Amino acid sequence: MTTSAHAYSISRSSTASRVAAVAGVLVLIVLVSAPLWAGRADMRLLSEIFLYLSLACLWNLLAGYAGLVSVGQQAFVGFGGYMLFALAIFAGLSPLAAIPLAGLLGAVIAVPVALLIFRLRGAYFAIGTWVIAEVFRLSFAQVSALGGGSGTSLPVAIVRDMASSRSMREATTYWLALAMAVIVLAVIYLLLRSRNGLALTAIRDSELASESFGIDIWRNKFVVYVLTAGLTAMTGALIFLQKLRISPDAAFSVNDWTAFVIFIVVIGGIGTLEGPIIGVIVFFLLRETLSDLGTVYLLILGVVAIAVMLKAPKGLWGTLKERTGLELFPLARRVVKKKS
Amino acid sequence: MDWINAILQGILLGGLYALFAAGLSLIFGVMRLVNIAHGDFIVLAAFLGLTITTTLGLSPLLALILVVPVMAGIGYGLQRLVLNQTLGDDILPPLLVTFGLSVIIQNGLLEIYSADPQKISAGALETASVALPGDLNIGVLPLLMFGVAVAVIAGLQWIFYRSALGRAFRAVSDKQDIAQLMGLNKAHIFGLAMALSLAVVGLAGVFLGIRTSFDPSIGPGRLIFGFEAVIIGGLGNLWGTLIGGIILGVSQNIGAQINPGWQLLAGHIAFLIVLAVRPRGLFPRID
Repeated sequence: MTTSAHAYSISRSSTASRVAAVAGVLVLIVLVSAPLWAGRADMRLLSEIFLYLSLACLWNLLAGYAGLVSVGQQAFVGFGGYMLFALAIFAGLSPLAAIPLAGLLGAVIAVPVALLIFRLRGAYFAIGTWVIAEVFRLSFAQVSALGGGSGTSLPVAIVRDMASSRSMREATTYWLALAMAVIVLAVIYLLLRSRNGLALTAIRDSELASESFGIDIWRNKFVVYVLTAGLTAMTGALIFLQKLRISPDAAFSVNDWTAFVIFIVVIGGIGTLEGPIIGVIVFFLLRETLSDLGTVYLLILGVVAIAVMLKAPKGLWGTLKERTGLELFPLARRVVKKKS
Repeated sequence: MDWINAILQGILLGGLYALFAAGLSLIFGVMRLVNIAHGDFIVLAAFLGLTITTTLGLSPLLALILVVPVMAGIGYGLQRLVLNQTLGDDILPPLLVTFGLSVIIQNGLLEIYSADPQKISAGALETASVALPGDLNIGVLPLLMFGVAVAVIAGLQWIFYRSALGRAFRAVSDKQDIAQLMGLNKAHIFGLAMALSLAVVGLAGVFLGIRTSFDPSIGPGRLIFGFEAVIIGGLGNLWGTLIGGIILGVSQNIGAQINPGWQLLAGHIAFLIVLAVRPRGLFPRID
């Protein structure tokens, strides 16, 4: 036995990832305590950031890891929102119980949807998901019990049920949004570290090679699609719990729930777990400084996204990672020399 | 009789959908590119037609003489300057870049023309109709559009299979590197394909503008109609695309006949049924 063979080991964590973990916990503690120090408007903005972060991470899992480029995730955002309203209004469920149920229903409806649109490949798959979102929008516009085309509001009694005081209610929705983002990040992180995650990474890098290793590509993609749909529907339920009002056009808006989300992921760095976090920060900084410009702001966003895609297709984080090898979430395996 | 009328109008409407679809089908065939901004280019062409008819006082059909070459020029420039950089094995860059383009066109039009619905006026042509036996009337305009759609499909079919340009299209489509070795400049050929695609879009846009009112937000809807026509008809089959457009138009009109709210839904459902039963479309080209 040579000694050199034992001088190395495989490790996933690095100094950067350990520092990031500690920093992450500190940030989380600060954020959890926000109802104590933040104003009403700040908390609303933070909640929105968390929910966009959750949507962005989910879309990134779908497009960046499973190679399923969807431009129809608004189907599940809107579906989740409508399920929350339907369960609360018709079944009298408390919103807290309705949110996970909305997620479950989102995953269930994603099964037949996936069976149908998985027949389309690549870019045609993308437009196929859009058709599904349109079908959802037009169908919900036909349900007169939910207000038809003009939509409906969450009854005051149901909102009051959530918590006694207004500030407590706002704190609850804030914590729910934060919890949603944390759950999504945790689920994706654990998935990517698992055996299935390894398969997904292999599929991302080369479908042909991974198939020849015996990976069932269809099944892996199917599982990711259904899981993403469920979590997206839960996020959608939370989004519309915050808005307290839902209408088909708002619920199934391609701009709000897909275009912005894609920009966040592309700017931050597709196919990395850190990318959506960076992207969501950049997106909201841009939005808060430029939103007075109205449509011009959207023009700028479109130009920035195209420029990033052409000049730095890996996004901000991907470019940084390529140059420095930095990784905040310990996913990659690396060879480390033992200290002994 | 209402039903026969609905079906007849649906067939004619299908011609317009085939025009939406033809350009989409063409560039996918040549370079496997799906242009998410395709519908927004249709709306852009409609606004271009509107501006030309109102400022120059031309009739919309004459305006086509300007709109079509301008759109073709935009297509060539766009392909050479932007889209050629995105082509490769990865489908993500072209998708996301054209998605960004879609947002830019929509908001650009919104900035210039506002969100108000507009319509291109075609004068007496709009109301002219031909009487058919059995109390049926067919508008001259829908008939003209259908005729143009058939002519465009036939023309594209001829270019693709009978002309030197079409041979170049097929060559780069089959094997880009070998085509390049044989002296074809693929960047230029792709530019020409996009120019041709947007020339058809120019036609489609002006017809759309004469037929119905339009505003900057309706582009994605037109993309979806075109896409559905392509998939129903079968990938790579231009005549199939025409039939796909007709099936879509007829389903929408039958849906509207049952309940006005079901018009669009019926079209989408027809598409989903075809996808479930014949995932390769009704008339796939045999590869």
